[in-house]
Amino acid sequence: MSATVRVQDAPFDLAAETALLTAGRGDVGAVASFIGLCRGDDGLAAMTLEHWPTVTQAAIAIIAAEAMERWPLTGCTVVHRYGRMLPGDPIVLVLAASGHRLAALEAVAFLMDWLKTKAPFWKREEFADGSDRWVAAKAEDEAAAARWRGGEGVRGRG
Amino acid sequence: MQILYFAWLRQRTGVAEETVSPPPEVTTIGALIAWLAQRGPGHAAAFADPAQVRAALDQEMCGPDTPLGAAREVAFFPPVTGG
Repeated sequence: MSATVRVQDAPFDLAAETALLTAGRGDVGAVASFIGLCRGDDGLAAMTLEHWPTVTQAAIAIIAAEAMERWPLTGCTVVHRYGRMLPGDPIVLVLAASGHRLAALEAVAFLMDWLKTKAPFWKREEFADGSDRWVAAKAEDEAAAARWRGGEGVRGRG
Repeated sequence: MQILYFAWLRQRTGVAEETVSPPPEVTTIGALIAWLAQRGPGHAAAFADPAQVRAALDQEMCGPDTPLGAAREVAFFPPVTGG
């Protein structure tokens, strides 16, 4: 099974996406998941995600293929939303399925670290007082992504 | 040559895309940035801090020294903040 990648404005369904990863197969021992939500810090009223429509899907597919290459996954799923989100709204879903948990957990962490630093999305925050600002890239996100640079995904068996 | 702008570069220039014909001496991404910055105050503001600007030439990430060659499309955007 290969990676499933979708870029959409609609919300996603964790249970349905998980079922698609495991349907009809008995070799999946672990599905790890991550959901990123819009967080309402500091009076945030809404967040709009802009992306590069002709490039985003392919850019995420490259990241997902890299995860499939580094870990013994039976499949993985990335659904990334764009458009305007309110606090509590889900933004991104990442799933990784494997025979064992360590590969699945590591692959999800890798996918999120690379999505944050390599996929062409930009967040603009709107605040309750009417002001707005573009989110600046964070050095800690770059550092988190850099820890995977050597290609040393642990071939998890745990 | 088609130029695309994303996020605050789009906001500051006031355009999402535009078609430009740089002069022959503009041969690199860095030179294109300097040339585009002269198109108006919005463009000057967008390119005021080149360290905060990323570029892609025909959808491939590239640096300021990258030659434009026969590029058809150059995109400019801030460091990404998805996820």
